[in-house]
Amino acid sequence: MKSSQFTELPGRLVAVEGLDGSGKSTQLYLLKRWLELRGLKVFFTEWNSSVIVKKATSKGKKRHLLTPTTFSLIHAADFADRYERQILPLLKAGYLVLCDRYIYTAFARDAVRGCPRTWLHNLYGFARRPDLTLFFDTPLPVALTRILAGRPQLKYHEAGMDLGLSADLHESFRLFQERIYHEYLAMRDERGFVTIDGSATIEAQQQSVRDLVSGAFDLPSYRWKSMG
Amino acid sequence: MKFYGEGLPGVDATHLAGKLIVIEGADGSGRSTQIEILKDYLEGRGHATVDVGLRRSTLVSEELQEAKQGNVLGEITRSLFYATDFADQLENRIIPALRAGFIGLADRYIYTLMARDIVRGADRDWVRSLYGLALVPDLLIYLRVSPSQLVERNFRKNATLDYWEAGMDLGLSRDIFDSFIRYQRLIQKEFTLMQQEYGFNAVNGNRSIRSVAGEITARVEGLLGI
Repeated sequence: MKSSQFTELPGRLVAVEGLDGSGKSTQLYLLKRWLELRGLKVFFTEWNSSVIVKKATSKGKKRHLLTPTTFSLIHAADFADRYERQILPLLKAGYLVLCDRYIYTAFARDAVRGCPRTWLHNLYGFARRPDLTLFFDTPLPVALTRILAGRPQLKYHEAGMDLGLSADLHESFRLFQERIYHEYLAMRDERGFVTIDGSATIEAQQQSVRDLVSGAFDLPSYRWKSMG
Repeated sequence: MKFYGEGLPGVDATHLAGKLIVIEGADGSGRSTQIEILKDYLEGRGHATVDVGLRRSTLVSEELQEAKQGNVLGEITRSLFYATDFADQLENRIIPALRAGFIGLADRYIYTLMARDIVRGADRDWVRSLYGLALVPDLLIYLRVSPSQLVERNFRKNATLDYWEAGMDLGLSRDIFDSFIRYQRLIQKEFTLMQQEYGFNAVNGNRSIRSVAGEITARVEGLLGI
Protein backbone atom coordinates (compact mmCIF):
# COMPACT_ATOMS: atom_id res chain seq x y z
CA MET A 1 0.00 0.00 0.00
CA LYS A 2 2.76 2.41 0.83
CA SER A 3 5.12 1.09 -1.82
CA SER A 4 4.24 3.61 -4.51
CA GLN A 5 4.13 6.53 -2.17
CA PHE A 6 7.69 7.73 -2.26
CA THR A 7 8.86 6.47 -5.62
CA GLU A 8 9.36 9.03 -8.33
CA LEU A 9 6.53 9.00 -10.86
CA PRO A 10 6.57 10.64 -14.27
CA GLY A 11 3.45 12.74 -13.58
CA ARG A 12 3.08 15.72 -11.28
CA LEU A 13 0.44 16.43 -8.66
CA VAL A 14 -0.92 19.91 -8.01
CA ALA A 15 -3.44 20.54 -5.24
CA VAL A 16 -5.35 23.66 -4.35
CA GLU A 17 -6.68 24.27 -0.87
CA GLY A 18 -8.57 27.06 0.83
CA LEU A 19 -11.94 28.04 2.21
CA ASP A 20 -15.16 27.79 0.27
CA GLY A 21 -15.31 31.05 -1.67
CA SER A 22 -11.54 31.52 -1.65
CA GLY A 23 -11.48 31.51 -5.45
CA LYS A 24 -9.37 28.36 -5.70
CA SER A 25 -11.70 26.52 -8.09
CA THR A 26 -11.73 29.46 -10.51
CA GLN A 27 -7.96 29.60 -10.40
CA LEU A 28 -7.55 25.87 -10.91
CA TYR A 29 -9.95 25.99 -13.85
CA LEU A 30 -7.92 28.77 -15.47
CA LEU A 31 -4.73 26.82 -14.87
CA LYS A 32 -6.26 23.74 -16.46
CA ARG A 33 -7.35 25.74 -19.52
CA TRP A 34 -3.87 27.18 -19.90
CA LEU A 35 -2.20 23.77 -19.67
CA GLU A 36 -4.70 22.17 -22.05
CA LEU A 37 -4.30 24.93 -24.61
CA ARG A 38 -0.57 24.28 -24.53
CA GLY A 39 -1.30 20.68 -25.50
CA LEU A 40 -0.31 19.09 -22.19
CA LYS A 41 -1.67 15.97 -20.56
CA VAL A 42 -3.92 17.27 -17.80
CA PHE A 43 -6.41 15.60 -15.51
CA PHE A 44 -8.70 17.45 -13.13
CA THR A 45 -10.48 15.93 -10.14
CA GLU A 46 -12.46 17.46 -7.32
CA TRP A 47 -13.25 16.61 -3.74
CA ASN A 48 -16.22 14.39 -3.00
CA SER A 49 -16.93 13.50 -6.61
CA SER A 50 -16.42 9.75 -6.87
CA VAL A 51 -19.42 8.18 -8.60
CA ILE A 52 -19.25 5.05 -6.49
CA VAL A 53 -19.25 6.84 -3.18
CA LYS A 54 -21.71 9.58 -4.10
CA LYS A 55 -24.79 7.56 -3.22
CA ALA A 56 -23.55 6.70 0.24
CA THR A 57 -22.48 10.25 0.93
CA SER A 58 -25.76 11.77 -0.10
CA LYS A 59 -27.77 9.10 1.70
CA GLY A 60 -25.85 9.69 4.91
CA LYS A 61 -26.01 13.44 4.63
CA LYS A 62 -29.69 13.58 3.78
CA ARG A 63 -30.73 11.44 6.70
CA HIS A 64 -28.19 13.03 9.03
CA LEU A 65 -26.88 9.55 9.77
CA LEU A 66 -23.29 10.62 9.82
CA THR A 67 -21.12 11.03 12.87
CA PRO A 68 -17.72 12.76 12.64
CA THR A 69 -16.12 9.32 12.21
CA THR A 70 -18.39 7.98 9.49
CA PHE A 71 -18.39 11.38 7.77
CA SER A 72 -14.61 11.21 7.72
CA LEU A 73 -14.46 7.58 6.56
CA ILE A 74 -16.91 8.11 3.71
CA HIS A 75 -14.95 11.06 2.43
CA ALA A 76 -11.76 9.03 2.75
CA ALA A 77 -13.41 6.26 0.71
CA ASP A 78 -14.38 8.82 -1.91
CA PHE A 79 -10.84 10.09 -2.06
CA ALA A 80 -9.36 6.57 -2.09
CA ASP A 81 -11.61 5.61 -4.99
CA ARG A 82 -10.45 8.58 -7.06
CA TYR A 83 -6.88 8.05 -5.91
CA GLU A 84 -6.69 4.36 -6.76
CA ARG A 85 -8.54 4.57 -10.06
CA GLN A 86 -7.46 7.94 -11.42
CA ILE A 87 -4.91 10.03 -9.55
CA LEU A 88 -2.23 7.37 -9.08
CA PRO A 89 -2.58 5.63 -12.48
CA LEU A 90 -2.54 9.01 -14.24
CA LEU A 91 0.58 10.08 -12.36
CA LYS A 92 2.15 6.86 -13.55
CA ALA A 93 1.04 7.70 -17.06
CA GLY A 94 2.83 11.05 -16.88
CA TYR A 95 -0.11 13.42 -16.43
CA LEU A 96 -0.31 16.73 -14.65
CA VAL A 97 -3.01 15.89 -12.12
CA LEU A 98 -4.91 18.87 -10.73
CA CYS A 99 -6.84 18.33 -7.51
CA ASP A 100 -9.46 20.78 -6.34
CA ARG A 101 -8.98 20.02 -2.64
CA TYR A 102 -6.78 17.23 -1.41
CA ILE A 103 -6.21 15.44 1.90
CA TYR A 104 -5.65 18.74 3.74
CA THR A 105 -9.33 19.52 3.31
CA ALA A 106 -10.09 16.37 5.28
CA PHE A 107 -7.42 17.18 7.85
CA ALA A 108 -8.96 20.61 8.42
CA ARG A 109 -12.66 19.74 8.33
CA ASP A 110 -12.48 16.46 10.21
CA ALA A 111 -10.20 17.88 12.90
CA VAL A 112 -12.73 20.66 13.42
CA ARG A 113 -15.38 17.95 13.78
CA GLY A 114 -13.27 16.36 16.52
CA CYS A 115 -11.49 13.49 14.78
CA PRO A 116 -8.03 12.86 16.28
CA ARG A 117 -5.34 14.38 14.06
CA THR A 118 -2.97 11.41 14.23
CA TRP A 119 -5.80 9.10 13.20
CA LEU A 120 -6.59 11.36 10.23
CA HIS A 121 -2.97 11.55 9.13
CA ASN A 122 -2.73 7.77 9.21
CA LEU A 123 -6.07 7.37 7.42
CA TYR A 124 -4.73 9.31 4.44
CA GLY A 125 -1.26 7.83 4.82
CA PHE A 126 -1.55 6.13 1.43
CA ALA A 127 -1.74 9.43 -0.44
CA ARG A 128 1.30 11.01 -2.05
CA ARG A 129 2.34 14.47 -1.03
CA PRO A 130 1.52 16.89 -3.86
CA ASP A 131 4.43 18.30 -5.85
CA LEU A 132 2.81 21.70 -5.41
CA THR A 133 0.11 22.70 -2.94
CA LEU A 134 -1.41 26.14 -3.44
CA PHE A 135 -3.23 27.66 -0.49
CA PHE A 136 -5.62 30.43 -1.42
CA ASP A 137 -5.53 32.74 1.53
CA THR A 138 -8.63 34.86 1.35
CA PRO A 139 -9.77 36.97 4.28
CA LEU A 140 -12.69 35.26 5.97
CA PRO A 141 -15.22 38.08 5.38
CA VAL A 142 -14.41 38.07 1.64
CA ALA A 143 -14.84 34.31 1.35
CA LEU A 144 -18.07 34.43 3.34
CA THR A 145 -19.52 37.22 1.22
CA ARG A 146 -18.75 35.31 -1.98
CA ILE A 147 -20.40 32.15 -0.75
CA LEU A 148 -23.38 33.76 0.87
CA ALA A 149 -24.02 36.01 -2.14
CA GLY A 150 -23.88 33.15 -4.61
CA ARG A 151 -25.56 30.42 -2.59
CA PRO A 152 -27.95 31.84 -0.01
CA GLN A 153 -29.27 28.36 0.75
CA LEU A 154 -26.45 26.64 2.63
CA LYS A 155 -26.55 22.89 3.08
CA TYR A 156 -26.56 21.33 6.54
CA HIS A 157 -23.05 19.83 6.56
CA GLU A 158 -21.60 22.60 4.43
CA ALA A 159 -22.61 25.03 7.16
CA GLY A 160 -21.19 22.69 9.79
CA MET A 161 -24.61 22.48 11.44
CA ASP A 162 -23.71 19.02 12.75
CA LEU A 163 -21.19 20.64 15.08
CA GLY A 164 -23.91 22.50 16.93
CA LEU A 165 -21.95 25.75 16.92
CA SER A 166 -25.06 27.83 16.34
CA ALA A 167 -28.70 27.25 15.52
CA ASP A 168 -28.46 29.91 12.82
CA LEU A 169 -27.28 28.53 9.48
CA HIS A 170 -25.22 31.55 8.48
CA GLU A 171 -23.68 32.02 11.89
CA SER A 172 -22.82 28.32 12.04
CA PHE A 173 -21.19 28.56 8.62
CA ARG A 174 -19.14 31.55 9.71
CA LEU A 175 -17.90 29.87 12.88
CA PHE A 176 -17.18 26.62 11.01
CA GLN A 177 -15.19 28.37 8.28
CA GLU A 178 -13.27 30.33 10.86
CA ARG A 179 -12.15 27.14 12.56
CA ILE A 180 -11.19 25.53 9.25
CA TYR A 181 -9.19 28.61 8.36
CA HIS A 182 -7.18 28.23 11.56
CA GLU A 183 -6.55 24.57 10.78
CA TYR A 184 -5.17 25.58 7.38
CA LEU A 185 -2.90 28.18 8.92
CA ALA A 186 -1.57 25.63 11.38
CA MET A 187 -0.75 23.22 8.52
CA ARG A 188 0.66 25.77 6.12
CA ASP A 189 4.35 25.60 7.00
CA GLU A 190 4.55 21.98 8.03
CA ARG A 191 2.91 20.82 4.80
CA GLY A 192 4.78 23.21 2.55
CA PHE A 193 1.79 25.13 1.19
CA VAL A 194 2.55 27.95 -1.22
CA THR A 195 0.27 30.85 -0.32
CA ILE A 196 -1.57 32.81 -2.97
CA ASP A 197 -3.09 36.12 -1.97
CA GLY A 198 -6.77 35.47 -2.56
CA SER A 199 -7.66 39.13 -2.30
CA ALA A 200 -5.68 40.06 -5.44
CA THR A 201 -7.48 40.26 -8.81
CA ILE A 202 -8.32 37.06 -10.65
CA GLU A 203 -5.77 37.94 -13.34
CA ALA A 204 -3.00 38.69 -10.89
CA GLN A 205 -3.62 35.46 -8.98
CA GLN A 206 -3.64 33.44 -12.18
CA GLN A 207 -0.35 35.00 -13.23
CA SER A 208 1.22 33.91 -9.93
CA VAL A 209 -0.23 30.41 -10.31
CA ARG A 210 1.10 30.04 -13.86
CA ASP A 211 4.51 31.37 -12.86
CA LEU A 212 4.69 28.91 -9.97
CA VAL A 213 3.68 25.97 -12.14
CA SER A 214 6.07 26.75 -14.97
CA GLY A 215 8.84 27.33 -12.44
CA ALA A 216 8.22 24.04 -10.67
CA PHE A 217 7.78 21.70 -13.64
CA ASP A 218 9.35 21.16 -17.03
CA LEU A 219 6.05 21.70 -18.80
CA PRO A 220 7.04 20.76 -22.38
CA SER A 221 7.79 17.23 -21.17
CA TYR A 222 4.08 16.74 -20.40
CA ARG A 223 2.99 17.16 -24.03
CA TRP A 224 1.01 14.45 -25.71
CA LYS A 225 3.55 12.32 -27.51
CA SER A 226 1.29 11.97 -30.55
CA MET A 227 1.07 15.74 -30.83
CA GLY A 228 4.81 15.90 -31.11
CA MET B 1 -14.50 0.06 28.61
CA LYS B 2 -11.82 1.54 26.43
CA PHE B 3 -10.86 2.00 22.80
CA TYR B 4 -7.91 0.43 21.04
CA GLY B 5 -6.70 3.80 19.83
CA GLU B 6 -7.99 7.28 20.12
CA GLY B 7 -11.57 6.14 19.79
CA LEU B 8 -14.58 8.07 18.64
CA PRO B 9 -14.92 11.84 18.92
CA GLY B 10 -17.60 12.77 21.39
CA VAL B 11 -17.98 9.25 22.82
CA ASP B 12 -17.00 8.52 26.39
CA ALA B 13 -16.43 4.80 26.81
CA THR B 14 -15.85 4.83 30.55
CA HIS B 15 -19.48 4.52 31.58
CA LEU B 16 -20.71 1.72 29.36
CA ALA B 17 -22.61 -0.64 31.61
CA GLY B 18 -22.88 -3.59 29.21
CA LYS B 19 -20.38 -6.16 28.02
CA LEU B 20 -19.10 -6.84 24.55
CA ILE B 21 -18.43 -10.42 23.52
CA VAL B 22 -16.87 -11.13 20.13
CA ILE B 23 -16.76 -14.44 18.33
CA GLU B 24 -14.32 -14.58 15.44
CA GLY B 25 -13.66 -17.35 12.96
CA ALA B 26 -13.95 -18.23 9.28
CA ASP B 27 -17.18 -19.20 7.51
CA GLY B 28 -17.88 -22.73 8.67
CA SER B 29 -16.12 -22.31 11.99
CA GLY B 30 -19.45 -22.52 13.81
CA ARG B 31 -19.64 -18.85 14.75
CA SER B 32 -23.32 -18.28 14.10
CA THR B 33 -24.34 -21.52 15.77
CA GLN B 34 -22.32 -20.67 18.85
CA ILE B 35 -23.76 -17.17 18.99
CA GLU B 36 -27.29 -18.58 18.91
CA ILE B 37 -26.47 -20.97 21.74
CA LEU B 38 -24.87 -18.20 23.75
CA LYS B 39 -27.81 -15.89 23.16
CA ASP B 40 -30.24 -18.52 24.46
CA TYR B 41 -28.02 -19.14 27.43
CA LEU B 42 -27.73 -15.45 28.33
CA GLU B 43 -31.36 -14.57 27.74
CA GLY B 44 -32.40 -17.63 29.74
CA ARG B 45 -30.54 -16.06 32.65
CA GLY B 46 -32.17 -12.68 32.19
CA HIS B 47 -29.46 -10.83 30.30
CA ALA B 48 -30.56 -8.62 27.40
CA THR B 49 -28.46 -9.13 24.27
CA VAL B 50 -27.95 -7.38 20.98
CA ASP B 51 -26.55 -9.00 17.83
CA VAL B 52 -24.06 -7.27 15.62
CA GLY B 53 -22.04 -8.44 12.67
CA LEU B 54 -20.24 -7.21 9.60
CA ARG B 55 -22.00 -5.69 6.63
CA ARG B 56 -25.18 -4.86 8.48
CA SER B 57 -25.14 -1.07 8.40
CA THR B 58 -27.45 0.56 5.88
CA LEU B 59 -25.11 3.49 5.27
CA VAL B 60 -22.87 1.77 2.72
CA SER B 61 -24.81 -1.47 2.18
CA GLU B 62 -25.29 -0.94 -1.55
CA GLU B 63 -21.64 -0.09 -2.07
CA LEU B 64 -20.52 -3.22 -0.22
CA GLN B 65 -22.95 -5.32 -2.21
CA GLU B 66 -21.51 -3.93 -5.43
CA ALA B 67 -18.01 -4.49 -4.14
CA LYS B 68 -18.81 -8.14 -3.54
CA GLN B 69 -20.13 -8.57 -7.03
CA GLY B 70 -17.18 -7.27 -8.95
CA ASN B 71 -13.79 -5.74 -8.92
CA VAL B 72 -14.94 -2.17 -9.22
CA LEU B 73 -13.27 -1.01 -6.04
CA GLY B 74 -9.61 -0.62 -5.25
CA GLU B 75 -8.21 -2.28 -2.13
CA ILE B 76 -8.01 0.88 -0.04
CA THR B 77 -11.48 1.99 -1.08
CA ARG B 78 -12.94 -1.37 -0.16
CA SER B 79 -11.15 -1.34 3.20
CA LEU B 80 -12.60 2.07 3.91
CA PHE B 81 -16.13 0.97 3.02
CA TYR B 82 -15.86 -1.89 5.48
CA ALA B 83 -14.44 0.46 8.08
CA THR B 84 -17.38 2.83 7.49
CA ASP B 85 -19.84 -0.03 7.90
CA PHE B 86 -18.13 -1.06 11.11
CA ALA B 87 -17.95 2.46 12.55
CA ASP B 88 -21.60 3.09 11.76
CA GLN B 89 -22.69 -0.03 13.65
CA LEU B 90 -20.34 0.67 16.50
CA GLU B 91 -21.71 4.16 17.04
CA ASN B 92 -25.34 3.57 16.25
CA ARG B 93 -25.91 0.08 17.53
CA ILE B 94 -23.20 -1.34 19.77
CA ILE B 95 -22.45 1.67 21.95
CA PRO B 96 -26.08 2.67 22.59
CA ALA B 97 -26.84 -0.94 23.58
CA LEU B 98 -23.83 -1.14 25.89
CA ARG B 99 -24.82 2.15 27.43
CA ALA B 100 -28.22 0.62 28.18
CA GLY B 101 -26.60 -2.39 29.86
CA PHE B 102 -27.03 -4.95 27.08
CA ILE B 103 -24.57 -7.68 26.26
CA GLY B 104 -23.36 -7.21 22.70
CA LEU B 105 -22.77 -10.42 20.77
CA ALA B 106 -20.59 -9.67 17.78
CA ASP B 107 -20.49 -12.17 14.95
CA ARG B 108 -16.99 -11.14 13.76
CA TYR B 109 -15.34 -7.84 14.57
CA ILE B 110 -12.37 -5.79 13.41
CA TYR B 111 -9.93 -8.72 13.38
CA THR B 112 -11.51 -10.35 10.34
CA LEU B 113 -11.48 -6.99 8.57
CA MET B 114 -7.87 -6.39 9.50
CA ALA B 115 -6.72 -9.86 8.47
CA ARG B 116 -8.54 -9.58 5.13
CA ASP B 117 -6.95 -6.20 4.43
CA ILE B 118 -3.47 -7.31 5.44
CA VAL B 119 -3.42 -10.46 3.30
CA ARG B 120 -4.44 -8.18 0.41
CA GLY B 121 -1.39 -6.02 0.91
CA ALA B 122 -2.58 -3.34 3.32
CA ASP B 123 0.02 -1.86 5.62
CA ARG B 124 -0.29 -3.34 9.15
CA ASP B 125 0.17 -0.03 10.93
CA TRP B 126 -2.33 1.66 8.67
CA VAL B 127 -4.99 -0.92 9.44
CA ARG B 128 -4.22 -0.93 13.15
CA SER B 129 -4.56 2.82 13.41
CA LEU B 130 -7.71 2.83 11.28
CA TYR B 131 -9.41 0.46 13.73
CA GLY B 132 -8.15 2.38 16.73
CA LEU B 133 -11.74 3.63 16.73
CA ALA B 134 -12.98 0.24 17.96
CA LEU B 135 -13.95 -0.66 21.52
CA VAL B 136 -11.85 -3.33 23.19
CA PRO B 137 -14.21 -6.26 23.79
CA ASP B 138 -14.63 -7.78 27.22
CA LEU B 139 -14.24 -11.26 25.80
CA LEU B 140 -12.80 -12.32 22.48
CA ILE B 141 -13.25 -15.88 21.30
CA TYR B 142 -11.50 -17.13 18.19
CA LEU B 143 -12.88 -20.37 16.78
CA ARG B 144 -9.94 -22.04 15.19
CA VAL B 145 -10.87 -24.69 12.65
CA SER B 146 -8.49 -26.38 10.23
CA PRO B 147 -8.92 -25.35 6.58
CA SER B 148 -9.81 -28.92 5.61
CA GLN B 149 -12.61 -28.98 8.20
CA LEU B 150 -13.81 -25.61 6.94
CA VAL B 151 -14.03 -26.96 3.40
CA GLU B 152 -16.03 -29.94 4.58
CA ARG B 153 -18.49 -27.81 6.55
CA ASN B 154 -18.92 -25.25 3.76
CA PHE B 155 -19.65 -27.99 1.26
CA ARG B 156 -22.09 -29.68 3.60
CA LYS B 157 -23.93 -26.39 4.17
CA ASN B 158 -23.87 -24.72 0.75
CA ALA B 159 -22.46 -27.33 -1.59
CA THR B 160 -20.07 -24.63 -2.77
CA LEU B 161 -17.22 -22.42 -1.61
CA ASP B 162 -17.75 -18.67 -1.45
CA TYR B 163 -15.64 -16.64 -3.89
CA TRP B 164 -14.44 -14.19 -1.22
CA GLU B 165 -13.94 -16.75 1.55
CA ALA B 166 -11.78 -18.59 -0.95
CA GLY B 167 -9.83 -15.37 -1.58
CA MET B 168 -10.27 -15.84 -5.33
CA ASP B 169 -9.61 -12.13 -5.89
CA LEU B 170 -6.02 -12.67 -4.72
CA GLY B 171 -5.18 -14.94 -7.62
CA LEU B 172 -3.54 -17.56 -5.38
CA SER B 173 -4.88 -20.29 -7.61
CA ARG B 174 -7.48 -20.54 -10.33
CA ASP B 175 -8.81 -23.62 -8.62
CA ILE B 176 -11.32 -22.57 -5.96
CA PHE B 177 -10.60 -25.50 -3.65
CA ASP B 178 -6.88 -24.90 -3.76
CA SER B 179 -7.38 -21.14 -3.35
CA PHE B 180 -9.70 -21.65 -0.36
CA ILE B 181 -7.13 -23.73 1.51
CA ARG B 182 -4.29 -21.34 0.78
CA TYR B 183 -6.34 -18.26 1.60
CA GLN B 184 -7.62 -19.63 4.90
CA ARG B 185 -4.05 -20.51 5.88
CA LEU B 186 -2.98 -16.92 5.20
CA ILE B 187 -5.88 -15.59 7.29
CA GLN B 188 -5.09 -18.00 10.13
CA LYS B 189 -1.49 -16.88 10.07
CA GLU B 190 -2.65 -13.28 10.52
CA PHE B 191 -4.92 -14.32 13.38
CA THR B 192 -2.00 -16.06 15.04
CA LEU B 193 0.07 -12.89 14.72
CA MET B 194 -2.77 -10.84 16.23
CA GLN B 195 -3.43 -13.34 19.01
CA GLN B 196 -0.87 -11.98 21.46
CA GLU B 197 -1.50 -8.35 20.82
CA TYR B 198 -5.28 -8.51 21.04
CA GLY B 199 -5.66 -11.28 23.61
CA PHE B 200 -7.66 -13.86 21.68
CA ASN B 201 -9.06 -16.81 23.52
CA ALA B 202 -8.43 -19.45 20.90
CA VAL B 203 -11.01 -22.24 21.05
CA ASN B 204 -10.48 -25.43 19.12
CA GLY B 205 -13.50 -25.40 16.82
CA ASN B 206 -12.82 -28.79 15.28
CA ARG B 207 -14.78 -30.44 18.09
CA SER B 208 -18.51 -31.01 18.51
CA ILE B 209 -20.93 -28.07 18.82
CA ARG B 210 -21.68 -29.08 22.38
CA SER B 211 -18.11 -29.19 23.63
CA VAL B 212 -17.25 -25.88 21.93
CA ALA B 213 -20.35 -24.32 23.49
CA GLY B 214 -19.31 -25.68 26.89
CA GLU B 215 -15.94 -23.99 26.64
CA ILE B 216 -17.45 -20.68 25.48
CA THR B 217 -20.06 -20.73 28.24
CA ALA B 218 -17.40 -21.31 30.85
CA ARG B 219 -15.48 -18.27 29.63
CA VAL B 220 -18.63 -16.14 29.59
CA GLU B 221 -19.45 -17.25 33.13
CA GLY B 222 -15.98 -16.19 34.12
CA LEU B 223 -16.57 -12.78 32.57
CA LEU B 224 -19.95 -12.21 34.18
CA GLY B 225 -18.97 -13.73 37.49
CA ILE B 226 -21.76 -16.31 37.36
